[in-house]
Amino acid sequence: MARPHTFPGGLKLEGHKDISTGQPILKAGIPERLFVPLNQHIGSPAECVVEKGEHVLKGQMIGSVTDYVAVPVHAPSSGTVIDIQKFPAAHASGLPNDVVIIEPDGKDEWRERKPLPDITELDPSELRNMIRCAGIVGLGGAAFPTFIKLNPVGHKISTLILNGAECEPYISCDDMLMRERPHEIIDGAKIMRHALNAGKVIIAIEENKPEAIDSLQALADDLDWLDIQSIPVIYPTGGEKQLVKVLTGKDVPSQGLPLDLDLVVNNVATAAAVHLALDHQQPLISRIITVTGSGVRSPRNIEALIGTPMSDLIDLAGGYTENADRLIMGGPMMGITLKTDATPVVKASNCLLVQTPADHITEATTRPCIRCGECVKVCPVKLLPQQLYWFSQSKNLEELQTHNLFDCIECGCCSVVCPSHIPLVQYFRYGKSEIWKKEQETIKSDRARERTEARIKRLERVKAEKKALHAARAKKTAAGNDRKKEIEAAVARAKAKKTEGTENLDT
Amino acid sequence: MILTILSLSVLAGLFGLLLGYSSVRFRVEGDPLADKIDSLLPQTQCGQCGFPGCRPYAEALVTGEAEINLCVPGGEDTIAVLAETLGREVLPISDEHASHVPALAVIIEEYCIGCTKCIQACPVDAIVGAAKQMHTVIENECTGCELCVPPCPVDCIDMRPIKADTSTWAWPQPQLARGVRN
Repeated sequence: MARPHTFPGGLKLEGHKDISTGQPILKAGIPERLFVPLNQHIGSPAECVVEKGEHVLKGQMIGSVTDYVAVPVHAPSSGTVIDIQKFPAAHASGLPNDVVIIEPDGKDEWRERKPLPDITELDPSELRNMIRCAGIVGLGGAAFPTFIKLNPVGHKISTLILNGAECEPYISCDDMLMRERPHEIIDGAKIMRHALNAGKVIIAIEENKPEAIDSLQALADDLDWLDIQSIPVIYPTGGEKQLVKVLTGKDVPSQGLPLDLDLVVNNVATAAAVHLALDHQQPLISRIITVTGSGVRSPRNIEALIGTPMSDLIDLAGGYTENADRLIMGGPMMGITLKTDATPVVKASNCLLVQTPADHITEATTRPCIRCGECVKVCPVKLLPQQLYWFSQSKNLEELQTHNLFDCIECGCCSVVCPSHIPLVQYFRYGKSEIWKKEQETIKSDRARERTEARIKRLERVKAEKKALHAARAKKTAAGNDRKKEIEAAVARAKAKKTEGTENLDT
Repeated sequence: MILTILSLSVLAGLFGLLLGYSSVRFRVEGDPLADKIDSLLPQTQCGQCGFPGCRPYAEALVTGEAEINLCVPGGEDTIAVLAETLGREVLPISDEHASHVPALAVIIEEYCIGCTKCIQACPVDAIVGAAKQMHTVIENECTGCELCVPPCPVDCIDMRPIKADTSTWAWPQPQLARGVRN
């Protein structure tokens, strides 16, 4: 098949994927303790609805939500809630998050599950609600609530794209899922297609995964609405906008969504999760995670319950090698460093990469920018990283925005090719969060100004009211004085009359 | 000659009328520069600048009565934008010992006697309560100005620094390696 479309920039990276695809997906058991964070998605955190000491069943909702951009959290196994406390989160900051700690009873007892009527009979909005209630988020790593993505809001969706590119080195969880459980993905695709009322579904897979392509193709042959497409191996072709460009040749507008082109992109693992949620009434309580890198003895893919400590997974992958020194959740390009292996698996954990000193460039080798322009050549969104770097350094937030900082997908290509080893993406993340911080501060100060102005007005009004009251009182007392005088005068007159009378009598 | 004088006078008269009309018709209420300056200030209303709030300080800045380096909560960032807006030189912060840690006022409830003094002191009406009833701070509205602390007769108001959590955390500025100059 001819493939005329490519996106600008990008890199050919060494895959390192074979090391973790040699063994089938291993089902991790129930750990001793489950640490289930309440905030595992983009949006507002879930609110805990269980109490310490309460017994919960597998799949029972333990965190509920009220805000729109949020999904509930469920108990991954049956057991007792032993505490709700702060615990290291799988977050770039390493700050603690609210976590429900469950001690499993080992029975793995499900909450009541009722089989659903035929999915195709259901209304798309009902489907979206069920997908939301199952706590499903994008499993590619960003963890954005899926039900929002399945809402076409006024667009007629032409194609649903399922992203099986998995372009980042080391990660192979989607590859293994496609190899071993293609039917789950296709059943999920059916449901998503119905929810979106989409015409076609394309599953896009990088050429370096022939087994995955074959296993899906075998099932897709009988389905006229489904197309399996293999795409060239260029990082970051798995980025939503890059994938759209490769498949359709169209550019998603700056700061826009594929929805603007009547397309929706979801991860293949998300489709499988949707299938489990609707066809088996199983909310998102487990996921496949690649445990890999030169820092573990036997890299492989593991299906683990959400809340399982990363240290358990390391054990299942044969334990650390001697010189393992850094844990990364996600891939080497976009992942975040974890401070401790006690951090639990969350919905966004697609990979646990254990590195050794040989894998990373130390910061001491950073050199000044020589304006070589290598970063511009590789940027897949046509930004000017070297310019953004200067603006970020000088905290010039306005220029950062006019140079489209928010189109940066933080793929890390620029950092990799920089001959001066400048951690460019870190500068861009810093710039983005400074702009967000500024926005929040403006909202807060605007409120404070409104309240101060309202208070000054109120104080003035109260003052004026008091003044008016005093004036009225003064008038009243004055009036009272007049009346008093009148009475006194009347009394005096009466007295005078009386004395006159007595005088008359006397005479 | 006469014609020239006449036509110029007529023109001058017409323009005068036009300008007079526009100054009435398009009159701007208030002081737009003071509004702009006010919008650059952090609105903590703390009075550390010596003025009774952010707006009075903004007005004093416009008239040139105040220096641009008096806002402690705003810090260097505010000095920089004020210098740019007002066309003045950047100055170091006036009170070099003053450090501003974003904080929230918290009333220790068991000690509160319900005197309402803090309620009267709060510039943003962020404390609720009534006479002889316990008072409490509306967290979202508190600017951390500390003005409620001195009036409290029983010292029951604490200023607690706002802790960063995963929702408010921001990426730090990357540090350059030692010896590297750009």
